[in-house]
Amino acid sequence: MMESLARLGHLGLHALARIGRGHLLLLGILGGLPSLAARPRLLLAQVYNVGVLSVLIIAVSGLFVGMVLSLQGHYVLSQFGAAESLGVMVAASLVRELGPVVTALLVAGRAGSALTAEIGLMKATEQLSGLEMMAVDPVKRILTPRFFGGLVSMPLLAALFSAVGVIGGWFVGVGLLGVDEGAFWSQMQNKIDFREDIVNGVIKSLVFGWVVTWIALFEGHDATPTSEGVSRATTRTVVHSALAVLGLDFVLTALMFGD
Amino acid sequence: MSDILLDEVGDDVLVRVRGLVFSHGGRRIFDGVDLDLPRGKVTAVMGPSGTGKTTLLKLIGGQLRPDAGRIEVDGQDVHALSKAELFRLRTRMGMLFQSGALLTDLSVFDNVAYPLREHTALPESMIRKLVLIKLEAVGLRGARDLMPSELSGGMARRVALARAIALDPMMIMYDEPFTGQDPISMGVLVNLIRRLNDASRLTSIVVSHDVADTLATADYLYVIAGGQVMARGTPAEIRANPSEWLTQFLEGLPDGPVHFHYPAAALAADLLETA
Repeated sequence: MMESLARLGHLGLHALARIGRGHLLLLGILGGLPSLAARPRLLLAQVYNVGVLSVLIIAVSGLFVGMVLSLQGHYVLSQFGAAESLGVMVAASLVRELGPVVTALLVAGRAGSALTAEIGLMKATEQLSGLEMMAVDPVKRILTPRFFGGLVSMPLLAALFSAVGVIGGWFVGVGLLGVDEGAFWSQMQNKIDFREDIVNGVIKSLVFGWVVTWIALFEGHDATPTSEGVSRATTRTVVHSALAVLGLDFVLTALMFGD
Repeated sequence: MSDILLDEVGDDVLVRVRGLVFSHGGRRIFDGVDLDLPRGKVTAVMGPSGTGKTTLLKLIGGQLRPDAGRIEVDGQDVHALSKAELFRLRTRMGMLFQSGALLTDLSVFDNVAYPLREHTALPESMIRKLVLIKLEAVGLRGARDLMPSELSGGMARRVALARAIALDPMMIMYDEPFTGQDPISMGVLVNLIRRLNDASRLTSIVVSHDVADTLATADYLYVIAGGQVMARGTPAEIRANPSEWLTQFLEGLPDGPVHFHYPAAALAADLLETA
């Protein structure tokens, strides 16, 4: 009994210590913003790594999600004689929810895991220590550009996901299922509100970008510097990011649309 | 204690360690260690694996903080410096990591140019000349366009050495420079450490458990084990030391004061015991 209590206490302390280290690392990362502003090239390289290299998977996923949404939406809406509202349904679902959430999950899997592995291996091969001994702060030089690269890329990727998804929805709804094209686009234009839908979606994406990149960088930086340690850290990045994104999505949706 | 040390190495000390106490993971790694590392000389710190030789370099470089004691580099208390002052001091210290620690996404040229680009405002044409001079010193000017993954272990260490001397530091710390090297690379490294040290009056600190090459390279040695300095002196003095433990360490004898067997119950009792 005492032993399990002690183990529980130990786990609690371990978790609290990790949370503490995570926040200290975040402070260090944010502290590197002025030096990043002086060298925007570093940021561009990371926008390329996190953003541009994820474009294909985001675009293909967006296309299929839009097509499936259109198929399912048409089935339900046509039962109520509201098939013309298909455009609104597809666009609202994508811009408000699926764009930010699925993009964040895909980025966590594609770019987040890569970031953790990269930083973890840099730690294991003493590259981070080497930078410190060259009087270069590895947090500011290596982590800060990656953090802001992820933060900037996420809303752009989510926008791409939603845009391609709408095209996929149009292709299935209008092209294959025969929904009226005028109604599809005009209802979408009328009902999708810039402030309510698009801005809220962008805010969600920024929050997810912040959290996913933070988790990925922290897990890499905090990884045990062995091959097993880096592999565990990579797994934790994907699991923790996915849980954080889904949990935060509920909170943000409740705050934004909960009335 | 400090007076005795000063008498032996003279008063031109670059790195002074006093009363160093450091523990990690509940284990005491240093328990009151005093060292004086003289300027312009090659000083080696030897000891069995796990005695904290690499930890000592990290403590000198300010990457770790001691539990007690004081480490001075060129008269500055390393652990009393602000982060900015510590970084300024580190630009005058080079460190050669065991793995080389080259940045894997940069070419050999860019790795050596890295500290110059970070810490100086020199034009690219000047950086090119400096990098080529440093690479020439380690014999790898022709390998400047290779990536770290294309280098052998010995070459990677030489590139890392060129990077460590890029800013013309006052001292270089070598972490196990001879480990895992073939005889030719080993000879090249031993020669390079000596030549670089003497050519530019560098101060070199070599931590190693490789007895023959370390004794051949160093001007002065410390042998550390069990958190204490077990012996110190010139290579000749170390060889002449009558300590049984030191003889076992220097000659690589499988049994002696350090037993071959890990402590266990008697073999017969162990074998007769039912599972």
